[in-house]
Amino acid sequence: MNKMEAIGTLMERVADDALIVCCNGMIGRELFTAKNRPANFYMIGSMGLGLSIGLGLAIAQPNKKVIVLDGDGNVLMGMNVLASVGSEQPKNLWHVVLDNQTHASTGGQRTISGNVHLEEVARAVGYKAAYRAHDAPSFGAALDKAFAESGPNMVLATVEGGTLKGIARVEPSPPELAERFAREAQR
Amino acid sequence: MSHGKGGPSHAPEFVAALKANGFNFFAGVPCSLLKGLVSKLDTDPDAGYISATREDSALGMAAGAWLGGKLPMVLMQNSGLGVSVNALASLTTMYALPVLLVISWRGEGGNDAPEHIMMGEIMAPVLDLMKIPHRVLSASEPMEAQVAWAKVQMLSNGYPVALIVPGGVLE
Repeated sequence: MNKMEAIGTLMERVADDALIVCCNGMIGRELFTAKNRPANFYMIGSMGLGLSIGLGLAIAQPNKKVIVLDGDGNVLMGMNVLASVGSEQPKNLWHVVLDNQTHASTGGQRTISGNVHLEEVARAVGYKAAYRAHDAPSFGAALDKAFAESGPNMVLATVEGGTLKGIARVEPSPPELAERFAREAQR
Repeated sequence: MSHGKGGPSHAPEFVAALKANGFNFFAGVPCSLLKGLVSKLDTDPDAGYISATREDSALGMAAGAWLGGKLPMVLMQNSGLGVSVNALASLTTMYALPVLLVISWRGEGGNDAPEHIMMGEIMAPVLDLMKIPHRVLSASEPMEAQVAWAKVQMLSNGYPVALIVPGGVLE
């Protein structure tokens, strides 16, 4: 499964009013290309902080479904925040990780997620559940199961590395992105 | 360095000023100079204080809270300002997400443990370089007016603002 297939599998299951905080790197550009919507927050800098943004948002808006779309490089850089999620136990937070074992946007250098299973870290710090999937059907089934339960939980999908053709750059300016997202978040 | 400076802590008055100004999301990583403030927030169920593990992560949480409609404050030792430079540069300021930073001033006047000396000296210039307005919290002025100044700064500019806390004020 490549990342666009994985993102498609996720977006088929995301309700219109669900809020998505997306990590920096290729994944944000791929989400922007696959399904741009005001309820997507594209974090284009501050690598590693997507989950912390999602946690603050989930606490501020306890009745909204918050999905953090993350990559292995981001999870490894911000691993401390998994502990904060385990400690705070936001019921409305789902952590979806696309794991290609590489830093795709800087040239495909390896990460260490081949040696460290991130869903095991999530379990160890107190996520309610954590799943690992290797193809589109098992990823879809894991998402269905996770979204039917309360959070916090993690669904990790192993995906192919490399970059895909036809991936756009996120267009609106950062303050515009923040403003339109805040409107959706507070609706 | 002003550990052990006499006089009562202004932490209760400071927290009351925060609440009166509408601050309703609190996260941070502690400092001994802020122990009165942390203790007051952490024992207040309404505050919902989040004991973060890194200062930049606390800023991420504050960013999410702001997007979700909260008015956030993040507290940290000034060592945490070093940890937070990229979060402030490529998240908080870039997206125009207001947050009140309450930063302790370890290393003030060059009189502190060695690990605090350089940051004590460069803290204010670093904030200036990042165009973050700041002022030193004074024990002899009402907390309400100082917090109100910070709120006006952050909301009118859509930017972070910092209150720098010397020893003896919020211990």
